[in-house]
Amino acid sequence: MSSGSIEKPVAAPYAATSNSVRRVMVIVMAALVPATLFGFWLYGWPAVYLWMISVAAAALGEAFCLRLMGRDARTVLGDGSAWLTGWLLALSLPPWAPWWIGVCGGLFATVLGKQVFGGLGQNLFNPAMVGRVALLISFPVQMTAWVAPLPIFDAAAPGPIAALAITLKGMQPAFDAVASASLLGFAKTEMARGVDLAHSLLQAPLQAWYGSRPGSLGETASWLIVAGGVAMICLRTITWHIPVAMLLGIAVPAALLHAVDPARYLDAGTHLLSGGAMLGAFFIATDYVTSPNTPRGQIVFGTGCGVLTYVIRTWAGYPEGVAFAVLLMNSLTPVIDSYIKPRIYGRDRRGAALEPGK
Amino acid sequence: MWGGAARPVVLVGQKVLKGQLLAQSQVHISAPIHAPVSGRVTAIGEVTAPHPSGLGLAAITVESDDTDRWIETDPVADPFALAPEEIARRTAAAGVVGLGGATFPAAVKFALGKRLAVHTLIVNGGECEPYLSSDDRIMRDFAEQVVEGARIIMHAIGARDALVGIEDNKPEAMAAMAVAAAAFPEVKIRPVPARYPMGSDKQLIETLTGKEVPADARAAEVGVLVHNVSTCAAVYKAIRLGQPLVERIVTINGAAVAEPGNIFAPLGCLVDDLLAYCGLKEVPARLILGGPMMGTLLLHGRVPLVKGASGILAFTAAEAAVPEAGPCIRCGSCTRACPMGLLPLEMAAHIRAGDLDGAVGYSLSDCISCGCCAYVCPSHIPLVQYFSHARGELSARERARLRTEAGKRLAEARLARLERDAREKAEVAARRKAERTAAKARSGTVKPEEETT
Repeated sequence: MSSGSIEKPVAAPYAATSNSVRRVMVIVMAALVPATLFGFWLYGWPAVYLWMISVAAAALGEAFCLRLMGRDARTVLGDGSAWLTGWLLALSLPPWAPWWIGVCGGLFATVLGKQVFGGLGQNLFNPAMVGRVALLISFPVQMTAWVAPLPIFDAAAPGPIAALAITLKGMQPAFDAVASASLLGFAKTEMARGVDLAHSLLQAPLQAWYGSRPGSLGETASWLIVAGGVAMICLRTITWHIPVAMLLGIAVPAALLHAVDPARYLDAGTHLLSGGAMLGAFFIATDYVTSPNTPRGQIVFGTGCGVLTYVIRTWAGYPEGVAFAVLLMNSLTPVIDSYIKPRIYGRDRRGAALEPGK
Repeated sequence: MWGGAARPVVLVGQKVLKGQLLAQSQVHISAPIHAPVSGRVTAIGEVTAPHPSGLGLAAITVESDDTDRWIETDPVADPFALAPEEIARRTAAAGVVGLGGATFPAAVKFALGKRLAVHTLIVNGGECEPYLSSDDRIMRDFAEQVVEGARIIMHAIGARDALVGIEDNKPEAMAAMAVAAAAFPEVKIRPVPARYPMGSDKQLIETLTGKEVPADARAAEVGVLVHNVSTCAAVYKAIRLGQPLVERIVTINGAAVAEPGNIFAPLGCLVDDLLAYCGLKEVPARLILGGPMMGTLLLHGRVPLVKGASGILAFTAAEAAVPEAGPCIRCGSCTRACPMGLLPLEMAAHIRAGDLDGAVGYSLSDCISCGCCAYVCPSHIPLVQYFSHARGELSARERARLRTEAGKRLAEARLARLERDAREKAEVAARRKAERTAAKARSGTVKPEEETT
């Protein structure tokens, strides 16, 4: 009897996890679904179109680069990472932004943010945030044109055809009334005019606990984002370190300064529930490729993201700082990784062998 | 890992009895080989090694006469009356090696334990790998042998206690061992979490004693010595029954096996015969000697069962499917999985770029090749293969460096010798000349012109 014939030699181990890159990306996308659907409901058809355009542009940018490199675009796109990048980008955009914002952002993200570095796993910066920041700097007007919530089934909301016109030609005069400001932007503008928070917040744009407020497409429903994030932690797709550290990094300085001067500094709750804090903490900063590998490194990274977000929101020229904070900390990831390493069995933290006597 | 080869002491055509010495060990780290069956020596030559290279391995072939007649044995009624050195000598003579897979001669470890004043013997009942259940079986069915073997080893190394670590998913083994050890308070049965690689020495020592074995040091240096349960049973047989190591328990498993199980198999029997004994449902797509995490790939089943083989796995095509490797997404799964606290992704990245020294800087030498990192990698990167490649390259470099140094030393020695020869020749010439001159001076016939010629 002759048994066993091998096509090619393989190395141990001969068993492997059923986990895969595609599975990871699918879990993250599934975790994004509730917040995304909420954004579609809250901002109507223009948001749906913008999401589709951003995702398609990101995938197209990736496919184009892969073709240039002579790689098989279909298998690489199958890992889902480009789609996820486009998705995250769309969630961070003003929901009624014109089509070319989505196209430019998607292409920026996967072409400049990812493929020029060598593709998946090689990029230094979070591709979605590269796309968002490039848009913010290039097109500040369109990128800060927020709209008041106008749920999709509302009589005043644009239907699919009218929404198409908004997406293709930009915001129409007929819907001008819905233009609004985000809370962070409003507070910053009023502070710049010399009106302190005690007075300005009385006229602030309406905030609803469940996320009905002006803001980015998928960033307003904090509770749905947290639910998605917690689901990812339970499925062990991400760990708690970066989200908790980042939220604390925002909340602690906000609470301290708010206690010192409530008229100048917004409270911690407002900071946590505004802008991209939750989306950033659970979905953006936790990007594997651009964050540190060790739990302690992740805590340093998350804290840095949070504190920088607070600093930019409070003292810098932009009302929102999550994207900048994440990109700045991305650039520090290699440094954090080279300084913060796990302790090796049988060695001390510096790597010297333990004394046998101890 | 092979010790020094043993030298045959039988001739082709010679009749041998079961347990008769076939080959004697020549060096310190080596073990003798005994006939696993009675019969006739039919060949002394090479067979295919149980290794993916399929290279030859020196072997003695014995054809069984199907009577299984034992050679006269020398049982010891009370091993505790023997001197520790005598136990080590008998264990060495019986060819007992570590049966967990490392196949390190047991007696060499005894001597080490005695020299370093080991106080605790750790009996490893934490199954080495998934799929394997031979340790479990040994503990359930031969608990008395394991406990007595452990006590004999304690006597041999002068240990005060024995800690038997048994994974908590083996309640039957735990119960059987507890009964067998009930009369011996110094033998303590301890449950350990069933979490691979619990069967690894370092992890088991840490779990049982809370101590870490320092890097580049041996377990004995923290006062413990680890022996597998099968090794304990083999020591029992070697001392109490006087039987050398001629058989071992082996797990036959894998989806291609019709009746998977554990069997006592004579050493040297063919893997194919063992698989035929258990029956095959289909032609296996992959054969593995050992476990699925650290085992050795077999090219075919016409290789002998060796002392370190704890399992034979016959995988179906579905089990053997290897997913295509993708790019590293730095998810850190490998880092979380590594029982040694290493950063497999960083080491692999350096090795991939050809920077082996960079990988050494990430403590490549501490890797125990357990395969956890490669198992959990969602991109299915063959991380262990990277590390094995780097280790091979580094040891090749080291050998080349030693060769160069040896060559340099030889060249320098030659130069020194030539210089010395030249100097000595010159000295001899000068002395002769001086003697000649003196002789001529004595005879008084020196002619001045001769001096100048």
